[in-house]
Amino acid sequence: MIPLNRIRNFSIVAHIDHGKSTLADRLIQLTGTVQERDMKAQLLDAMDIERERGITIKANTVRIEYPAKDGETYILNLIDTPGHVDFAYEVSRSMRAVEGSLLVVDATQGVEAQTLANVYTAIDADHEIVPVLNKIDLPAAEPERVAEQIEDVIGIDASDACLISAKTGIGIPDVLEAIVKRLPPPHGGDPDAPLKAMLVDSWYDPYLGVVVLIRVMDGTIRKGDNIRMMQTGAKYGVDKLGVFRPAMQDVKELGPGEIGFFTGSIKQVRDTKVGDTITTEKKGCETPLPGFKPSVPVVFCGLFPVDSNEFEDLRDAIEKLALNDASFSYEMETSAALGFGFRCGFLGLLHLEVIRDRIEREYNIELITTAPSVIYHLYMKDGEKIDLHNPADMPDMSKVDHIEEPRIKATIMVPDDYLGDVLKLCQDRRGLQLDLTYVGGRAMAVYDLPLNEVVFDFYDRLKSVTKGYASFDYQMEGYREDNLVKMQILVNDEPVDALSMMVHRDRAEMRGRAMCEKLKDLIPRHMFKIPIQAAIGGKVIARETLSALRKDVTAKCYGGDATRKKKLLEKQKAGKKKMRQFGKVEIPQEAFISALKMDS
Amino acid sequence: MHSGNSWRVVLTENWQRGGFGLYVHWPFCAAKCPYCDFNSHVVPAVDQTRWARALASEVRRAAEETPGRVLSSIFFGGGTPSLMLPETVAVVLDAARQGWVWANDIEITLEANPSSVEAERFRGIAEAGVNRVSLGVQSLRDADLRRLGRLHDVAEAKTAIRVARETFQRVSFDLIYARQDQTLEDWRTELTEALSMGVDHLSLYQLTIEQGTAFGDRFNAGRLRGLPGEDLSADMYELTQELCGAPGLPAYEISNHARPGAESRHNLIYWRYGDWVGIGPGAHGRVTHAHQRRANEGWKQPAKWIEAAEAGTGDRQVSVIDPQNMAGEYLMMGLRIPEGIDLGVLHGWDPQIAPESAIRELEGLGLVWKTETALGVTPEGRLVLNSIVKALLP
Repeated sequence: MIPLNRIRNFSIVAHIDHGKSTLADRLIQLTGTVQERDMKAQLLDAMDIERERGITIKANTVRIEYPAKDGETYILNLIDTPGHVDFAYEVSRSMRAVEGSLLVVDATQGVEAQTLANVYTAIDADHEIVPVLNKIDLPAAEPERVAEQIEDVIGIDASDACLISAKTGIGIPDVLEAIVKRLPPPHGGDPDAPLKAMLVDSWYDPYLGVVVLIRVMDGTIRKGDNIRMMQTGAKYGVDKLGVFRPAMQDVKELGPGEIGFFTGSIKQVRDTKVGDTITTEKKGCETPLPGFKPSVPVVFCGLFPVDSNEFEDLRDAIEKLALNDASFSYEMETSAALGFGFRCGFLGLLHLEVIRDRIEREYNIELITTAPSVIYHLYMKDGEKIDLHNPADMPDMSKVDHIEEPRIKATIMVPDDYLGDVLKLCQDRRGLQLDLTYVGGRAMAVYDLPLNEVVFDFYDRLKSVTKGYASFDYQMEGYREDNLVKMQILVNDEPVDALSMMVHRDRAEMRGRAMCEKLKDLIPRHMFKIPIQAAIGGKVIARETLSALRKDVTAKCYGGDATRKKKLLEKQKAGKKKMRQFGKVEIPQEAFISALKMDS
Repeated sequence: MHSGNSWRVVLTENWQRGGFGLYVHWPFCAAKCPYCDFNSHVVPAVDQTRWARALASEVRRAAEETPGRVLSSIFFGGGTPSLMLPETVAVVLDAARQGWVWANDIEITLEANPSSVEAERFRGIAEAGVNRVSLGVQSLRDADLRRLGRLHDVAEAKTAIRVARETFQRVSFDLIYARQDQTLEDWRTELTEALSMGVDHLSLYQLTIEQGTAFGDRFNAGRLRGLPGEDLSADMYELTQELCGAPGLPAYEISNHARPGAESRHNLIYWRYGDWVGIGPGAHGRVTHAHQRRANEGWKQPAKWIEAAEAGTGDRQVSVIDPQNMAGEYLMMGLRIPEGIDLGVLHGWDPQIAPESAIRELEGLGLVWKTETALGVTPEGRLVLNSIVKALLP
């Protein structure tokens, strides 16, 4: 068993592109953990999507042996946490599994909103924090200014920050020494106490089944042990026990302070809950670790195959993905407009995009994604409370007493040149300003915003009004009542279910008008004129009229043309059959895809 | 005295209503126009003696297959049939005269380019027997003629129209409108001028961008600019009806206008879904044999066609059209003319086509009219005829 004082467990907190993965690669490389020839960039980001987007979705870990200058060899366990707000709960659990953090800030950019949220999570977990200023080799680097900013904004001492370039390797040995000298060893921990280990993350491996990443708090876990998950009550035998270097390496036992993995013929990731407490089946510990909560989806949307023949393929893909992602929920949905599909729940917008990308890319299914929605709390006049996931399921408004919607606390950091546009955007989206401060040339605005306004196209608008310079992060802030209504879209007086949405009464006209205008361009002209309306209940709030088709005639048609011209008309007629029929109106599928696009 | 057999021919022709015609395709042009998707070819030299012989032998073969018919029309189309030597025309007409009985008032049309070279040939062509010309004037604006790739100019066209009127009993000319950058007022001026030129038949086509043409390629590449949108095209069409109606040249088909009695009898055969023999490269025919309607199609490549014709037949294929397809063709062609179609004939071929519910809906929109026996398109419906046909097809 390794003495606690020679273990250091840590995570790295950084904004996207500030160099977290590159630093991790350097630490692994410099300590000889991986042979030079096996190195590839961003070792810890396993999925293509993670590498491409520069984000981490699953927690990863690596055990590094480091012979320090004091002559002792230390075991350093790095947990690479998901950095995105969608995975805030997973981040908080990973943080609880370690005692310290490296705060990596790009010396040419400074602190970003996402960094803030994660560093506060680390502070909440009582971490020691070592500031690391990266990219100091670049001419634009301003280490002093950024160090000052860290002290001002975050309130931690940055006077002895490590100055590094993860890319060139400058300063990496100092980082290793700082980990040993400045981060604390694991607290307490009795190897002979009943086993108490935290489930940090889990994922599916095609050869081993579910792999469970754990941090041992107390006691010892051994190969062959029968263990119990205290929250779910599930029991498993430990078939394989090991550590990541970063490849799997078997060990006989893991003691207090150690981080490693086990497998035990667990079939579904769904059976493992992040934050659960693992103990032995017999003589287990009495109380589970605090802070466990099951993950709850907050953003919903419909996923439909563009080609309705691919519905079964989509079902298969969604089921497979759900096996490996306990936080992703789904149920079957039918839409008159889009046919058969699934209503899916996600932890946030990024989670939605990742799942959608994986279905399209790994399963090769083209998808229509309906406008994202959130869960509304409906308080009915008869005292019942309903969670509304899909605007199409909205009951009769006369039976609803009031509606509550989820709110978020958003932190936006932006160069002050763009501040006016950002404030206007937040105001337009029904935001309430909570705080506005300046740090150097950057402003930090904190807003209370309705989540439904954020899931619509807030990110894209924010990016566009700030030319990409703003950073944004949020946390859920609970529910609040507001004047919310269901807006329906009627085409030729027929409601189109896939286009209904919940909106704030004050924003309904604007959204309704925008949708009607868009549909007017997307629906082909028919032989009759078609009213396109947005309505709340029976009241029309926006209207456009698609005028009747004026010209569709073949100018020349003589004897020699008959065969070809008739075939052309038959082909066009067959094409119309592929459209979705709403009363007498045929709407092409592309119209739905374009109308529902989030970025427009 | 009628034999039983010929009596049946008369009956068959009765429902055909359109009479019986001969179409001769001359596939050669001096230059290919960028908008044209017809079967036309530019070659350095044509052996007209050989072509005359091949066309005549095809006419004789077709005549043997259709004994007892009375020929009401002959049409030389192309390509540019005005490039045919008068002798070539004469050889083909001689073969037709020997093959069939001709109606007393037979209409013999030839499509001609209004260039000075061709105008000089009009006399000879008329002497060969042609009594009607259809001139491809296309525009009365020099700049537009150049854009359309035409080899003549407006002055030549006007001379050709004058010479044609002096030479032939009947003269028609074509104009293409809804051209690039053309305004409604531009067209009003141009059409008014055309109507003052004293012809009793005009074919007025909206420019259509066809795939596989030079314009089609430019359009696909996004480089064909200034084409009118749907609303302007519709306005131009409506203006055309208005301007032609006043001097007494109403539309008797979507794009064809004539003084009553001056309609092209040949083209009416197509729209009335009558019988016609098609001769020449890429030509199509529809001929009723023993209660079956046969479609024939000639080889498209001139070299391939002439070899095949010399070996026995220029047809690439001959097939029997089933009743459903007959009904579809009849519907599509017949609704182009104001008299419409006979519903009994249509539903006799295919009871599924043009269902009552679809007719009633279109009637409600004011796009079609219906009597006990006939179905036709209203003037309002003409502009959306394709949509009407699509709604009525099974």
